[in-house]
Amino acid sequence: MKISKLQLDDRIKALKKTLQSANPSGYITNAKKGLSRGLIEAISKEKNEPAWMTELRLRSLETFFKKPMPSFGPDISGLNFEEIIYYAKPGEILNSNSWENVPADIKKTFERLGIPQAERKYLAGAGAQYESENVYHRLKEKWAKFGVIFEDMDSALKLYPDLVRQYFMKCVSANDHKFAALHGAVWSGGTFIYIPNGVKVDQPLQAYFRMNASSMGQFEHTIIIVGENAKGSYIEGCSAPKYESPSLHAGMVEIFVKEGGSFRYSSVENWSLNTYNLNTKRAIVEKNGTIEWIGGNLGSKATMLYPCSILKGEGARANHLGMAYANKNQTQDTGAKVIHAAPNTTSEIIMKSICKNGGSSVYRGDVKILKGAKGSSAHIKCDSLLLDDISHAQTIPEMDVKENDVFASHEASVGKIAEDKLFYCMSRGMSEEEAVGLIVNGFIEPIIKEMPLEYAVELNRLMEIS
Amino acid sequence: MLSIKDLHIEVNGTQILAGVGLDIKPGEIHAILGPNGSGKSTLAHALMGNPKYKVVKGKIELDRKNINGLKANERAARGLFLAFQQPKEITGVRVATFIQAASSALRKAQGKKPLNAIELRTALSENLSKFSLEPGFINRNVNEGFSGGEKKKFEALQMVMFSPKYAILDEIDSGLDIDALKNVAAAIKKLCKRKSGVLIITHSTKILHYLKPKHVHVMIKGKIVMSGGSGLAEKIEKKGFKSF
Repeated sequence: MKISKLQLDDRIKALKKTLQSANPSGYITNAKKGLSRGLIEAISKEKNEPAWMTELRLRSLETFFKKPMPSFGPDISGLNFEEIIYYAKPGEILNSNSWENVPADIKKTFERLGIPQAERKYLAGAGAQYESENVYHRLKEKWAKFGVIFEDMDSALKLYPDLVRQYFMKCVSANDHKFAALHGAVWSGGTFIYIPNGVKVDQPLQAYFRMNASSMGQFEHTIIIVGENAKGSYIEGCSAPKYESPSLHAGMVEIFVKEGGSFRYSSVENWSLNTYNLNTKRAIVEKNGTIEWIGGNLGSKATMLYPCSILKGEGARANHLGMAYANKNQTQDTGAKVIHAAPNTTSEIIMKSICKNGGSSVYRGDVKILKGAKGSSAHIKCDSLLLDDISHAQTIPEMDVKENDVFASHEASVGKIAEDKLFYCMSRGMSEEEAVGLIVNGFIEPIIKEMPLEYAVELNRLMEIS
Repeated sequence: MLSIKDLHIEVNGTQILAGVGLDIKPGEIHAILGPNGSGKSTLAHALMGNPKYKVVKGKIELDRKNINGLKANERAARGLFLAFQQPKEITGVRVATFIQAASSALRKAQGKKPLNAIELRTALSENLSKFSLEPGFINRNVNEGFSGGEKKKFEALQMVMFSPKYAILDEIDSGLDIDALKNVAAAIKKLCKRKSGVLIITHSTKILHYLKPKHVHVMIKGKIVMSGGSGLAEKIEKKGFKSF
């Protein structure tokens, strides 16, 4: 999968153009802004949902109205709930399992983002969501034969209603916080993955979420069920073009890892600078199960994202690897949450943030070791790199240890690139910019090396540091 | 010619070099000896253009061009190289990546085409074996967890890879075992044969037995207090720096 630098330059150019530019969006002229009971009922009716889902939506809406805004985190006062389009279907299109049936402009966008190409090359399955609905979803035959399910969430609700009902918002409830409640009310699209007991899917599944129109809200819901001793991985990419008015992304990811199962969830979120990215992701891990979160956040105006692992069974493990890049007018408030609820559970959190041009990053961590979680260990390492004097980085690590026989450690660093390292690189012929780029790439290497290659390469380039 | 004229250097407002003059012609090896704290490393860093070291008087000329105002990378592009006494760790950057970045930056600045991946790999692996470094060395992070000897070998390897016109070698001999010392000395000699000038800074005279420099200078308190031939090195070996 080696690509030459020239090819890459071309691709990055095309990618940047695609990331910034929008397709026509005449389909939203009739879409209503703002929230109401009527809108929720209309969404549910349009989707022909079972009664329990309509009720869940309406209950969530009630909760949303009652819940206060978050009492911590970045300034999201620019977000006006009345000015958001909560549901938009990109024209009269149907979710298809063939790219040929995807409308030309939408297909072109996804081609520029590299989705069909990646699917052909190395994915077990791919999905593509545009605004509120999926336009493409397909699982390779090989994996379908093993009983693997990979569907968009709306289709899953129709095809596997009992399975979806058993898990839907059972990991994160609408009562969790205001945006979880909002999500419950207006969710649309997303991914449903089910890997049966003992099945090991050694190729990644991938979904890409694209917002296109102005003032959009995207609220995809993803459920991943990993059977006993099953294994799999899933990659999510997200982007949107830039507009003047705010957009909102409040997705939800719920992962259930059964005994001995293991799952890797990777996401690269590159929302535009007018997007509020307020996400909720959580996993429940049973005995000897493993969850790995690999995250890259480099877009958005403000991000609040703290993937959470609940280590419910003995010997369960969680690895959280994340990087955040905050440029001008951006706040990346990210981190991780781990609850050690059983003996001999292990967690490791490694976070790297880079701030430039006055950007601001916050690491917010919350690790709890509950009474009875004997022999558990938690290790947190978060490092921030400031590329100038006007950017900010902050570390807010919380640790709550209720058990004695445990190991918990925390390391944090905030700093600028050391002058002597810069000089060392420059003495070898690199310009200051090239040297900074090299050092920054080295800084985020522990995260990048765990990302799918194509994302990793693009991520490096999109940061425009080197 | 690398020509240092009446060089005065300050670090954080403190004067370290108080008028150093030295001419290094292509193909010559010059050795500077001196006790700790005499300003040898300051001279090395000032020559390479470390911004911490302020030139308050005097100038550095490279092939008759004043390079006082040039940045380190611009000096490198003109053929200057510094082997660091304390090479820096670049976390997360592999040796191969580092060499590739440096090589292509240098060649770009010199108007040459970059080496392709195979050319670079071949050159790297040839040079690795010169300094008895394992092939896996290129996958390690730059200077991270290197032993003292490995760090110096890596500096020598870079010197060979970039074949500079003038190499400043700041204690490249420290931490090397006898075999490695011989290899490094051989590489330096080879560089001189190709008409590169070398300034070797050391406080031990061992490597000089192999290099036999015709020009030896003694630096004390920021000044060159005596210059001579290889006999001067022998004298210092016997009597130390006390007599200066």
